[in-house]
Amino acid sequence: MLSKLLVIAIGSAIVNNVVLSQFLGICPFLGVSKKLDTAVGMGGAVTFVIGIASLVASLLYKFILVPLDITYLKTIVFILVIACLVQFVEMFLKKSVPPLYQALGIFLPLITTNCAVLGVALTNVQNDYGILESVVNGIATALGFFLALVIMAGLREKMEYNDIPRPFQGTAIVLVTAALMSIAFFGFSGVI
Amino acid sequence: MNKYVERLYNGVVKENPTMVQFLGMCPTLAVTTSVINGIGMGLSTTAVLVLSNILISILRNIIPDKVRVPAFIVIVASFVTMVDLLMQGFTPSLYDSLGIYIPLIVVNCIILGRAEAYASKNPVLLSAFDGVGMGIGFTISLAIIGAIREILGAGQILGYQILPLAEDGGMGYTPITIFILAPGAFLVLALIVAIRNYYFIRKADAGKMAASDVEVVEIGCEACAMKDNCSGKTPEDAPAQSAENKEGVE
Repeated sequence: MLSKLLVIAIGSAIVNNVVLSQFLGICPFLGVSKKLDTAVGMGGAVTFVIGIASLVASLLYKFILVPLDITYLKTIVFILVIACLVQFVEMFLKKSVPPLYQALGIFLPLITTNCAVLGVALTNVQNDYGILESVVNGIATALGFFLALVIMAGLREKMEYNDIPRPFQGTAIVLVTAALMSIAFFGFSGVI
Repeated sequence: MNKYVERLYNGVVKENPTMVQFLGMCPTLAVTTSVINGIGMGLSTTAVLVLSNILISILRNIIPDKVRVPAFIVIVASFVTMVDLLMQGFTPSLYDSLGIYIPLIVVNCIILGRAEAYASKNPVLLSAFDGVGMGIGFTISLAIIGAIREILGAGQILGYQILPLAEDGGMGYTPITIFILAPGAFLVLALIVAIRNYYFIRKADAGKMAASDVEVVEIGCEACAMKDNCSGKTPEDAPAQSAENKEGVE
């Protein structure tokens, strides 16, 4: 059981990295990776939300959608649950844990339309993961996102001082960097 | 120009969602391993886009402003579920190769972006044409990227071998397999962005447009369809915003 969880975790955090090999969450990966500290904030917020969302989504799927035989409604149910959940998390953090809200709060509304969150919920269903497996898969995927985002932000802070040809300035060089990172992560494909 | 034709031109050329606005990057990178996958994704997105634009435009005076985004999401998600089930039934092989990216059409920012920017403010027929234009623009862009990756990565186009492969040391094409793998998607998009930048820089150097108008492509929060609904546009703005919210609550 434990080894199965470990395989799921390493598989979705590193081998099938959510950004670099599955292309989910590209918008925040390109948009919020300019500075290291904002990247850490965004990564933290995504980890938090994906962790809770994959728990709630798999509970709903197992105890409501499957017994009522309405699994074809999963896309609608999951996106609504994620949207509401983000609102609740934001309100809860604001009232109860202000320091955490200060650190993560501004990134929370962005996450509703982050395809990584819905993507994880749907992957969990597709692979028939149980509740514990879903949560592990969710958190590992989010940590993979965190890793890719933070590495990219670190590289971009260094690239500020580089002499880049003009057509490649801006997003183009970021995409080239992402391609090189993706090749590097490709090296992990034999791990599992 | 007829205003309906103008909508089509706007979607395909002037405000092309992929090549000009750089929206919907996740499916653009993920499914363009071949032309046929690109076209399949483009057409299913077009179907959802046109239907949701029509329904949102019909309901534009009924949906209260405060809950419009959740309402749009429900409408889009319903159409995506319909397209998902239809594709599962009628195009099973395409359904398998697109996989999870079909339900993820829900969070494609082109669709929510058009709902916010156009369909919620304009009459039904114009919104439908807007959806068709944007959808075709998206489909063409995906087909082009898919074609580049399929030719370089496999020497094929639409599954036909157009570049003869090298056999046993003879003359022929050796496929650059990395172009149909994940890194190739980033590389092709990077080159498209760079070529676009180069074109505008050259145009400015030739004096055909002002140098100050040249902007290198920068994908950030400006491109996001949700930017008006996002409470924290930059970390600096956030404290002021949260103070406002607090007053509202109490």
